[in-house]
Amino acid sequence: MSGAPVSLAGEGLRRRLGKAGFELVVDRIEAPAGETLAILGPSGSGKTTLLELLGLLARPDAGRVLLGGSPVDTRNRAARLQMAAVFQRPYLFKGSVAGNVEYGLVARGISRREREPRVAAALERVGLAGYGSRSALELSGGEAQRVSLARALILEPKVLLLDEPLASLDRLLKRQLTRDFATILGEAGVTVIYVTHDQDEALVVAQQIAVMNEGRLVSSGPAEDIMGLAPDAWSANFLGIESASTGLVSGVDAGLVELISGVTTIYAVGNPAVGADVLFSVHPEDVLLFEPGTELPLTTARNRLPVRVLSVEPRGSSLYATLDANGVGLAASVSRAAAAELRVVPGAELLAVFKATAVRWRLGA
Amino acid sequence: MGIYVDALREGWELLSSGTFDIWAIILTSLRVSGAATMIALLIGIPIGLVVGLKRFVGRGVALLVFNSGMGMPPVFVGLIVAMALSRRGPFGDLSLLYSQTAMVIAQVIIASPIVMAITAASVSAVPRALRLQAKSLGAQSWRVALLTLREARMGLIAAVAAGFGSVISEVGAVQMVGGNLEGETRVMTTAIVQYTRMGRYGYALSLALVLMAIVIMVNIVLTTMQTSAQRWEKQ
Repeated sequence: MSGAPVSLAGEGLRRRLGKAGFELVVDRIEAPAGETLAILGPSGSGKTTLLELLGLLARPDAGRVLLGGSPVDTRNRAARLQMAAVFQRPYLFKGSVAGNVEYGLVARGISRREREPRVAAALERVGLAGYGSRSALELSGGEAQRVSLARALILEPKVLLLDEPLASLDRLLKRQLTRDFATILGEAGVTVIYVTHDQDEALVVAQQIAVMNEGRLVSSGPAEDIMGLAPDAWSANFLGIESASTGLVSGVDAGLVELISGVTTIYAVGNPAVGADVLFSVHPEDVLLFEPGTELPLTTARNRLPVRVLSVEPRGSSLYATLDANGVGLAASVSRAAAAELRVVPGAELLAVFKATAVRWRLGA
Repeated sequence: MGIYVDALREGWELLSSGTFDIWAIILTSLRVSGAATMIALLIGIPIGLVVGLKRFVGRGVALLVFNSGMGMPPVFVGLIVAMALSRRGPFGDLSLLYSQTAMVIAQVIIASPIVMAITAASVSAVPRALRLQAKSLGAQSWRVALLTLREARMGLIAAVAAGFGSVISEVGAVQMVGGNLEGETRVMTTAIVQYTRMGRYGYALSLALVLMAIVIMVNIVLTTMQTSAQRWEKQ
């Protein structure tokens, strides 16, 4: 990369599309230097509009973009030259693969002598060595997207903007390219804004996640926190997890936190102030179900709550059960075999077990 | 059918004998229509590019004017230009009426809306995301415009063909502003009209065949350019 990576942030961004239509309102968003920020949200939530504003490809009605802490705008070519984008469709230009890959270098006035080895290296990096002389329009979808990535990476940008780069690919190719993208982006050490509606993709590539809905930022923070704790019903539904519950910190002892939610006590880890209001949640994968009265295996799991099964629905190869623990909403992901053995059906009374470390929480109710 | 056979025979004899000075007429036609097409491209492509890509108040009106201009009767253009260049007209002092310059002016007015309309339609079909992609790679505005024209080159070739075809085969405007002066402003179409009126079908038909050959040759070149571009894209 050319120099150390820089942070990219947006402050007070506003953008209205159409006279009475969609409005984007984002008070603050930041991709820390050298990290990948995934902007996650359903179609029409404003992800691409936000990406265009942050990437200086469109002008906001209000607000500003900060690159490395300094305000920049669409007229600032020096700032634009520090960025490169890959879109959902590769949008390869008519001509050869090499012609596409070197396009940004030509725009920067780099000589042919310097371009040729860089094009070869960029193509090799994305697994397309020797493709330079082919027509760009004869490539498969996956190859075209790799060319599009090479076309951006060859510029050694400090900020890389990726707008659903894998959305138009089939599932198998997508899985493979998600891994490849994560590796390439990790090696590149570049600041990345990665727009996607796919949570799995976001989790693989991003350290930070911002969730958007209807032009607004719903939540943002470290990927694990965001994906494990839904602050409202919409986020829960979108992320496919249960809404976070509210609780009160009733005690903290050597990093073990006691939370009271209604009549239920939950144990977590951390160091919040006693008396603080918190939102907490437990990832379904971390919740184990047992029949009441079963002798539990030797475990360090501190949380053992009697629960009633509210609903059961298939999700991929396993079943997703929503649970009520005396007013606290939980969910468990169980295999089909385990569900049959335990008779996990609506109305069933079971025991939910999970570790204190599995409880994700944050201050604020 | 005898009239056609006789005219064809006479036309062939005239062309092969070299007694009929057809080359001066052909060269005048090519010079006037070639210049008019080039100027129309220089005016029409940038304007078509702007109207095709930019969103501004009055864009719809501009497109309507271009599209209406494509069907503008050449005699109307000839009349307006003749009036403007006549002694009492606003440009009468330039003494351009009945000159090749006047013919070029009239043909530019005929061809420009065609080039503008086809260019605007072609470039507006290039996805916005493709231009955004170029911009995101650091391309300056002029480079993005060049890329857009390159992506729309099939349409641009069609614009050249339509523009040249409209002026090389046009007769009304050049007759009115050029006057069909032998050795000066006589072009193939005006000469064909004159020889037909005189009943000299052999002369008229020989010129018509040459005109057709030129139009076909130009279109062969342009079509070859289009198909080779297509072949490369589909490779």
